[in-house]
Amino acid sequence: MSTPNTNAASRPEKKFTLHSVIQSVGILPVLILIFIGFSLMTPNFATESNIMNIVRQSSINTVLAAGMTFVIITGGIDLSVGSILGATAVMAMVTSLSPELGLLSIPVALMGGLLMGTLNGVMVAYVGLPPFIATLGTYTALRGAAYLLADGTTVINNNISFEWIGNAYLGPIPWLVVIGFVVIGICWFILRKTTLGMHVYAVGGNANAARLTGIKVGMVLTFVYAMSGLMAGLGGIMSASRLYSANGNLGVGYELDAIAAVVLGGTSLSGGIGTITGTLIGALIIAAMNNGMTLMGVSYFWQLVIKGCVIIIAVLIDKYRTRKHAGA
Amino acid sequence: MSDKQPILEMRNIAKRFGQFYALKDVSLTVYPGEVHSLMGENGAGKSTLMKILAGAYTATAGEIFIDGNAYTINGPKDALNAGITLIYQEINLAPNLTVAENIFLGSEITRKGMVNRQKMEEETQIVLDRLAARFKASAKVSSLSIAEQQQVEIARALHRNSRVLVMDEPTAALSSRETDRLFELIKQLRSEGLAIIYISHRMAEIYELSDRVSVLRDGQYIGSLMRSELSASELVRMMVGRPLNDLFNKDRSIAKGEMVLECHDLTDNDKVLSGTLDVRAGEIVGLSGLVGAGRSELAQLIFGARKIASGNIKLKGKPLEITNPRDAIDCGIGFLTENRKEQGLFLEMTVHDNIVMATIERDSFHGVLNEQKNRAISNTAIKTLNIRVPHSQVAAGSLSGGNQQKLLISRWVAIHPKLLILDEPTRGVDVGAKSEIYRMMTDMARKGVAILMISSELPEIVGMSDRVYVMRAGSIVGELDGEAITQENIMELATGATHHMAGAEVA
Repeated sequence: MSTPNTNAASRPEKKFTLHSVIQSVGILPVLILIFIGFSLMTPNFATESNIMNIVRQSSINTVLAAGMTFVIITGGIDLSVGSILGATAVMAMVTSLSPELGLLSIPVALMGGLLMGTLNGVMVAYVGLPPFIATLGTYTALRGAAYLLADGTTVINNNISFEWIGNAYLGPIPWLVVIGFVVIGICWFILRKTTLGMHVYAVGGNANAARLTGIKVGMVLTFVYAMSGLMAGLGGIMSASRLYSANGNLGVGYELDAIAAVVLGGTSLSGGIGTITGTLIGALIIAAMNNGMTLMGVSYFWQLVIKGCVIIIAVLIDKYRTRKHAGA
Repeated sequence: MSDKQPILEMRNIAKRFGQFYALKDVSLTVYPGEVHSLMGENGAGKSTLMKILAGAYTATAGEIFIDGNAYTINGPKDALNAGITLIYQEINLAPNLTVAENIFLGSEITRKGMVNRQKMEEETQIVLDRLAARFKASAKVSSLSIAEQQQVEIARALHRNSRVLVMDEPTAALSSRETDRLFELIKQLRSEGLAIIYISHRMAEIYELSDRVSVLRDGQYIGSLMRSELSASELVRMMVGRPLNDLFNKDRSIAKGEMVLECHDLTDNDKVLSGTLDVRAGEIVGLSGLVGAGRSELAQLIFGARKIASGNIKLKGKPLEITNPRDAIDCGIGFLTENRKEQGLFLEMTVHDNIVMATIERDSFHGVLNEQKNRAISNTAIKTLNIRVPHSQVAAGSLSGGNQQKLLISRWVAIHPKLLILDEPTRGVDVGAKSEIYRMMTDMARKGVAILMISSELPEIVGMSDRVYVMRAGSIVGELDGEAITQENIMELATGATHHMAGAEVA
């Protein structure tokens, strides 16, 4: 039997009622529909290797979107992830070329991302800048930094110590995919199983009440932006590894796909509601659409139009679905 | 005051919200050229009655007569056309526009579709001169003081040829000089034939201005006094009536233990000027006073949610140095805020999450949620306080007011507090939930918790408190004990009526 009148609870539990199944299943039917649709429209879509392609192509976005999920749950936004990815990728490549520091590419990129994210966090949490403005500033400045660090060139190195990340496999599965799923797993654990996760939802739901419940709102906010930056740094390493190169242009526009994945996954931009599994499915939807349309030979420009429409329609359906079950 | 025909008559007005009657049977007669004051406790129905007059609400029953003719008010426009203007406590002007633009808002003078600013300013200046205003028609409203903005609202009323002016607590934000200026204005308008309905709690003002005073209580009209009959004690008696104390079951046998909270001269140099009080283990201490007296702010100072300018706090004899709510909670202080939706609840999160939010840190394994302990806490809370939900995974926003309040109380009970501060614990709560909350309070007192209860509901204060402090305009002005805890004594201290009562200490 369905349980009566509840809003989409922000942290759904596994109970086997019809209503809660509909809620936790979320945007998954859309992914399944897309999958079935493309399978019928092109013969090469539903092959094992293509599916692995899709998952691998979604990995970097998945990582970015996982970090973005934290930020959006608090009611904020991080526009700078694409720029952080570019800057940290360049930093990793430049480090790899240096004789003394060659093996430190991974820590350099991750630390770089963490610091840039912390800067965003401090601006939002303690200086009081609106997230949109703060991250718009870093979006711009760090893009410039990326170009500067690469000296306006493309930094290439065929002999990097971390090439396994972007190109090797753990058994049959590409490391990129493994990293993506591990990140999802860790973020899921933080959000669902730790006090920090509860605090993130609380700050997003009602920052005032959170403060009066003893939650250190400033630290929670700094954390989510630092996390987003760290994920962007990880994304930078993943990109640089796959391409054996990096330049100042890398990552332009990535923040939009990350935000799209989070929103598709059911996380509300006003904060307080959202899940990591939703984000994963959202990222897969985007990758599946990109892949399927490319296989069908759809022009890139049309792909953008269609992708935009799918995002709007999917979110509308989601809003309608949760409103129908909204409490009195 | 004139013996002419009344300019306004409201007869047998009733107003219902759902099952709740905000006004049961209220009548009011107002003559031109008089100041008619309206008094009553918080929640007596004064604002509701005036909103009906202004067209913001429609009456469920009753009639309105303007100049002896029946008149229906279905919306604000009807009220304005009848010459009625309500000046709210919150200023209703557009701060980015000029005085003239505000006065003509919605009825601008236009010439061929273009606004004729010059004409608007000329006409506005005429009204401003009538009020002897010290600012120009072209001034931006945001550059004016609160008192001057109020004058703009009055000017707007005059410009519309209003004949009945309703003013709701107009002196709340004014200095004494500005208040004098306002009173001059009111007297001038009265001599010009306007009727002014004046809502206030301040006895001194009522005495100075009123030609007549009408009193409401619990949505009913109690009576009116003429100027010559005015007496503070009579007014207070009318406002307060007889207390009803069935619900409280006050257990006077609970032993009072050690001193838990001692506050001395707390101030934030803003809303709280002088906060000195103490609470013992097992005591329920009431903190009473009018809205705006600074009670919630004093509680926030104790809880670390507001910056202390000077003064000190001791918890169980040890000085307390807290600067944020986290420290307060760690010391064993819980604070149920007065605004559960804005300051307490996480509406989209589950009942379970809401209950355990203050204790998850304490019970966690190095930051990992202790789901078993948390579940035990929320299940116990739901059972003990009888929170009506099918299970704990329901979203908190879907609960009734009473259940939401019980939920929040259980959040604070779970921290095992030494001191529990409750701000309006039964506001917006049905009778059944109220008695459950009172029961919980008594249980906690029995266990040795010190309870500080802020309330605007006099029966609740009288029924539940062992001792009562009364605040007025930012300071604790009196402490009542034992037999002296009566609604009349509390109201006298709260409004500043100058009577000396047995058993009361005036600070």
